[in-house]
Amino acid sequence: MSTIVLLTMTGLGLGALYFLVASGLSLIFGLMDVLNFAHGALLSIGAYGTWWAASGHLPGAGPGGWGFALAVLFGTAVGTLAAVVLELAVVRPLYTRPREQVLATVGVGLAVPALLSGIWGSDARTFPGPEALSGTFGLLGAEVPVNRLVLVAAAVVVLVALRLFLGRTRHGLVVRAGVEDRAMVTALGIDVRKAFTLVFAIGGCAAALGGALGGLYFGSVDPRQGTSLLIFAFVVVVTGGMGSVTGAAVAAVVIGLVQQFANYYTAAGLGDLAVVVLLAALLLVRPRGLTGRLA
Amino acid sequence: MTAPALLAVRDLRVLIGGRHILHGVDLDVARHGVTALLGRNGAGKTTTVRGVLGLVPRAGSVRLDGEETVGLPTHALVRRGIGYAPEDRGVFAGLTVAENLRLAERRGADGPAYGLVHELFPELKRRERQLAGTLSGGQQQMVAIGRTLLNGNRLIIADEPTKGLAPKVVTEVARVLERAAEAVPVLLVEQNLAVVRRLAEHCVVLADGRTAHQGEAAALLGDAEATRRLLGVGRGPLAPHTAEADS
Repeated sequence: MSTIVLLTMTGLGLGALYFLVASGLSLIFGLMDVLNFAHGALLSIGAYGTWWAASGHLPGAGPGGWGFALAVLFGTAVGTLAAVVLELAVVRPLYTRPREQVLATVGVGLAVPALLSGIWGSDARTFPGPEALSGTFGLLGAEVPVNRLVLVAAAVVVLVALRLFLGRTRHGLVVRAGVEDRAMVTALGIDVRKAFTLVFAIGGCAAALGGALGGLYFGSVDPRQGTSLLIFAFVVVVTGGMGSVTGAAVAAVVIGLVQQFANYYTAAGLGDLAVVVLLAALLLVRPRGLTGRLA
Repeated sequence: MTAPALLAVRDLRVLIGGRHILHGVDLDVARHGVTALLGRNGAGKTTTVRGVLGLVPRAGSVRLDGEETVGLPTHALVRRGIGYAPEDRGVFAGLTVAENLRLAERRGADGPAYGLVHELFPELKRRERQLAGTLSGGQQQMVAIGRTLLNGNRLIIADEPTKGLAPKVVTEVARVLERAAEAVPVLLVEQNLAVVRRLAEHCVVLADGRTAHQGEAAALLGDAEATRRLLGVGRGPLAPHTAEADS
């Protein structure tokens, strides 16, 4: 029983991490038809930003208490800023050339990990974190690491915030309409490019937050983390239906759980394979993913 | 048309995927009433409208109230006062009726004219919270036209607003357009000649991506031979020279 509880909580934590990456990816693809292969790099920037700040480089930030919260805030802000720069400088000039656009994001997705390796080395660095988040708590006989809960809580907050944004605000309305028919949104007199930048900022913010909290989950940061998470985030996006935030949340949980259980009860590594098999099976039955709709 | 046209299109050319769809369309929209844009299927009517709005890459000149707009992005042009109801209605299926209308709101002096829209289409008020994708074709057309009336536009462009609608709904849409045209000039793409006859004062006929005729709508529709030659419809006797004119 305790094993099942632990696997479930770990799977949920992993699912939360996938959701933080996939939600932005899904919105960006839904609205802009851009497959953002640089999205994993945004997660890495968030992770390294947080690690850098928490290691004592940012005044006021540190590994414990409010200092850590400030470090997470810093990492997330840097990731958000990087996403905005990415949209304005790389993605926007290439809107009429989708092929080059994909290649450019692939390039950024490769260059950022290389840059991080160049500056801080390619080995994993220990991720500093508050005492309170590094312990465990008892749940139905299992000792569950606290950081799982932190990730799940962050993902729930992001999901609720995104749903409120999409459902209750004018910008959210523009994004939902843009996912359906971008040209018609411009024909109503709305500058849809502003929504593009906004969606990139939101996606970058969620991914960078995922990176900051992923450091707690893995206990370390390394330059390749973002790229490997991105693959599963893509699986989540396709499974959940392009452009659907709620679909991404459901798919992230399913995939996180399947991966954990399969890795534990079969051979290690088979869980990753199981996820891909799951995706293939789903696409055969429902080619548009679980929802194919937004919000 | 003595006063300068509200919308003056000159030599509009559109090239999509290496294929010329428009070869040079000239078109004036009068400052009052309805100007109908006519032509057979595939003549380039919808492309002309999309070219005017910058929804497809275009060359030539499109002047709104004397100001050149080729080069402006679509949203900036629309903000100068154009309401557009596209051929496929362009209704957002996943949004409610109220959200579809709210999306069209633009900041203006008087604020959105919900009073007018709900007076003309009381049904939109009743169905406010219904998803637009679950509306009938006629109701979706009401949303599309409602959006063009919400802002104090200078020009309304309606692309085949009666297409695929039941006769009773066609009459209703025509009635609303007639009323709208009392306040705002309308460029109306239309295949239904009964609607054109009822609404339009001026008309422009396209053939093969070019302007084939411009003039008074009543004069064209009163001339069975010209109607048949330009639009391929009508009951007039076959004139000996039409085969040549058609080619």
